[in-house]
Amino acid sequence: MSEFLEYALLGLLSGGVTALVALSFVLIYKGTGVVNFAVGEVMMLGAYLYYAGAVTFGLPPWAAFVIALGVIGLLAVLVERAVLRPLSGQPTVAVLMATIGMASIIHGGVEAVWGGDTYTPPTLLPRTPLLMGDILIPGTVLGNFAVAALLIGGFLAFFRYSRTGIALRATASDPVTASTLGININYAQRLTWVLSGLVGTVAGVLIASSAGLSPLLASAALAVFAAIILGGMDSVLGAIVASLIVGLVEALGAGYLGGKSRDVVPYVVVLAILVVRPYGMFGSRSIERL
Amino acid sequence: MRTGVFHETFAAEERLWDSATQRRWMAAFALALFTLPLWGSDYMLAMACIVGIHTIATLGLNITTGNAGLISLAHGAFLGVGCYTVAWLGKLGVPFYLTLPAAGLLTAALGVLVGLPSLRVKGIYLAVATLAAHFILTFVFREWEPVTGGVPGTNIPRAQLLGFTFIGDRRNFYLIFVIAFAAAIATRNLARTHIGRAFVAVRERDFSAEILGVRLLTTKLLAFGLGAFYAGVAGGLLGYFYGAITPEYFVLTLSVFYLAAIIVGGLGTVLGSILGALFMTFVPEVLRLVAHASSQWFPGVAGLLLPMGQVVFGALIIGFLVFEPHGLAAIWARVRRAFHLWPFKT
Amino acid sequence: MLAPLPSPAAPADGQPAGTAGLALAVDGVDLRFGGITALRGVSFEAAPGQVTAVIGPNGAGKTSVFNTISGFYRPAAGRIRLGEVDITDAPVHRRAGMGLARTFQNIALFRGLSVLENIKLGGHHLMRAGVLSALAYGRKARDEELALRAEIEERVIEFLEIDHIRHRSVDVLSYGLQKRVELARALAMRPRVLLLDEPVAGMNREETEDMARFILDVQEEWGVTVLLVEHDMGMVMDISSHVVVLNFGQVIASGAPAEVRRHPLVVEAYLGADAGAEAPAEPAVS
Repeated sequence: MSEFLEYALLGLLSGGVTALVALSFVLIYKGTGVVNFAVGEVMMLGAYLYYAGAVTFGLPPWAAFVIALGVIGLLAVLVERAVLRPLSGQPTVAVLMATIGMASIIHGGVEAVWGGDTYTPPTLLPRTPLLMGDILIPGTVLGNFAVAALLIGGFLAFFRYSRTGIALRATASDPVTASTLGININYAQRLTWVLSGLVGTVAGVLIASSAGLSPLLASAALAVFAAIILGGMDSVLGAIVASLIVGLVEALGAGYLGGKSRDVVPYVVVLAILVVRPYGMFGSRSIERL
Repeated sequence: MRTGVFHETFAAEERLWDSATQRRWMAAFALALFTLPLWGSDYMLAMACIVGIHTIATLGLNITTGNAGLISLAHGAFLGVGCYTVAWLGKLGVPFYLTLPAAGLLTAALGVLVGLPSLRVKGIYLAVATLAAHFILTFVFREWEPVTGGVPGTNIPRAQLLGFTFIGDRRNFYLIFVIAFAAAIATRNLARTHIGRAFVAVRERDFSAEILGVRLLTTKLLAFGLGAFYAGVAGGLLGYFYGAITPEYFVLTLSVFYLAAIIVGGLGTVLGSILGALFMTFVPEVLRLVAHASSQWFPGVAGLLLPMGQVVFGALIIGFLVFEPHGLAAIWARVRRAFHLWPFKT
Repeated sequence: MLAPLPSPAAPADGQPAGTAGLALAVDGVDLRFGGITALRGVSFEAAPGQVTAVIGPNGAGKTSVFNTISGFYRPAAGRIRLGEVDITDAPVHRRAGMGLARTFQNIALFRGLSVLENIKLGGHHLMRAGVLSALAYGRKARDEELALRAEIEERVIEFLEIDHIRHRSVDVLSYGLQKRVELARALAMRPRVLLLDEPVAGMNREETEDMARFILDVQEEWGVTVLLVEHDMGMVMDISSHVVVLNFGQVIASGAPAEVRRHPLVVEAYLGADAGAEAPAEPAVS
């Protein structure tokens, strides 16, 4: 029983970080309607930049972290201007394919520069584990969850109460009306991409610090797609809850079925969800189809 | 210099190659291809075989994604399904003219299975479902040892016809070429029937298509299944050509490769599929040449081939989407138009 | 009247064979979206072979009525009948075969296809060839395609005078021509009942007169039942034999155009409560 509890708890906690990546996706989808297939790759790039700063250039970890955030932010602006703006007139499948292209570029680029080996970047959070009776929870897992929870809570508050947050929501739901009300929608959309990139970077750094850094990191994001579908693609709350569930299922699967199952469990879950409840738990059932 | 084509019946207008000039060019082209083994080098022959296989797969993806607008990331894995099916049936002694259609049908059935839940809702879910399917399939390729040989892979007995074995590039070339030609014609045919039109209608405005009597789910499943069928056949031919295969071949990058092919070539057109397959086949070749040439200055650059390939595929996708969304086929059409009226410029 | 296609296309389920227009009856339809009631107890009939117009201020529910008849919305109450057949529960794509055709307010042509291909899609529900026949362009597929082409050329393209643009891509056409192509596509469906959603919206005088003429020709020569939603009062009064007025999701008046025009509720709906007291002047010659 305590074994189950251990797996369950670990799963839930790691689901917290998955929730961050899911948030990164949902931000873009809610904000600009774009389905960003490169979500995992952005996360991975952020982690590698942090590693480059902290290890290759020997900067103190926090400085490297901030620099990584800055670079990703800049890249987000660049991508939004150079790729997404020119494509805004084209059908949505075109933009989706562009994000697939982006993912490929980033993945290939990272592997070309840093190779396929696994690195260990320094952690930003304390490593002391927590002992709850029989259950040992590594400090990194706990720390990751705490950071993720704080960040998500912050975003929820931001969207609810701050002027910029409300402006972003307005732009997301009706760009034309938002612009007539004086909201600069170009700026709003660009900001959405930047925020998404930053969130992804945080998630990447957290995962890399605890689980190691390699090009496989991007695949961790694929479990995110399971969470996104389960949670409904346009629901922040759904993304969070679904990520926890997916984390739980993954951990239980890995624990009871062995490590290899980790490769397939999230994908089987995705297909199962699609069969049973395609709009996810909280997604809005809209009449328009893609 | 042609200024136009004059037809006297609708039937004449609906023909695939509606002018005598076009028919002559096509005949010359077909003849040149048919005799390639006689005048081409060994390298050209081998490349032609690979281009042929890629063409069939690209034609399939162009039906699914180019025409019907359904994004599939499982195309690479579908080729694997076709390849392993042919390998397994071939070892049981089944001849190629049965294994290839079987591979196609099995892959199509799998495609329908994947598409069924996700096509009921937004097409985007299909993209994610195909991603999931890809990973599940590659997992199966690696783990299901009795059938696929697992990680070390398996060998495929060569195609045989009445004692004649298709071994070597020359013989496989004819096998591949004939099937590729048939696939291209079949796809053109599809476009001039109500089924082909329905695919485009479903992509553009599905509510309008429904009003006209198009059954949405059936049409989408058909488009997806057909594309998978082509992929299965291409995968089978791949097996016959190489004689051996490992699961490493069927990675996600292969699906991205085919997506790049249809975008670079031109979405939804047969010419686009051919040009795209041709172009994309040579991209890794060019990269290899560049790597080889620069290996004196950058030792170890050969290890960068795969990731650089990924970068180039992605860049091609984005580049063409932004600058030339109708692909090489559109460029080709522009060049042709310029020649039609030469020396009078338009 | 018109000879059927050589490849047998079965007459619409349950309908009397032939091509004459059917009656369209909307009977006590309620339509609700969440808390909003879009239509309440809407009942009217479009008489067979006649032109009936549905008018009303913006937001009155006219497009909702059309979408319900098309099958996109399921009414919470009430039935819809096409001739003898109750179509309320029929899925959208089956209604084409039953004789229902429709155009859209904002033009729903397929931009990746030419004019001719768009019109051919009107004949989609008549086509029976399967995938294999299509891939091989075998006898069945080819004969069907050619027969469809012949029928469209004869009955639709010549009729609507669009032969000069048949191979053009639809996105380079003018607005007026696009609307005409959409009408052509609807006609290619061999409709018994034709729903036209604002067929002359955004058109100038000349284009409006052309379209009105075409609609009347369709009704007279083909005998099709026409139901149209329109804001152009002049056109509505000129070509319809029956007018139904909606406001806030309910029918507030129906009858011959001249009567409806003077109906106090109608005047009030369009011009406001004060104007409801006086009868408006006779329409100027249009």
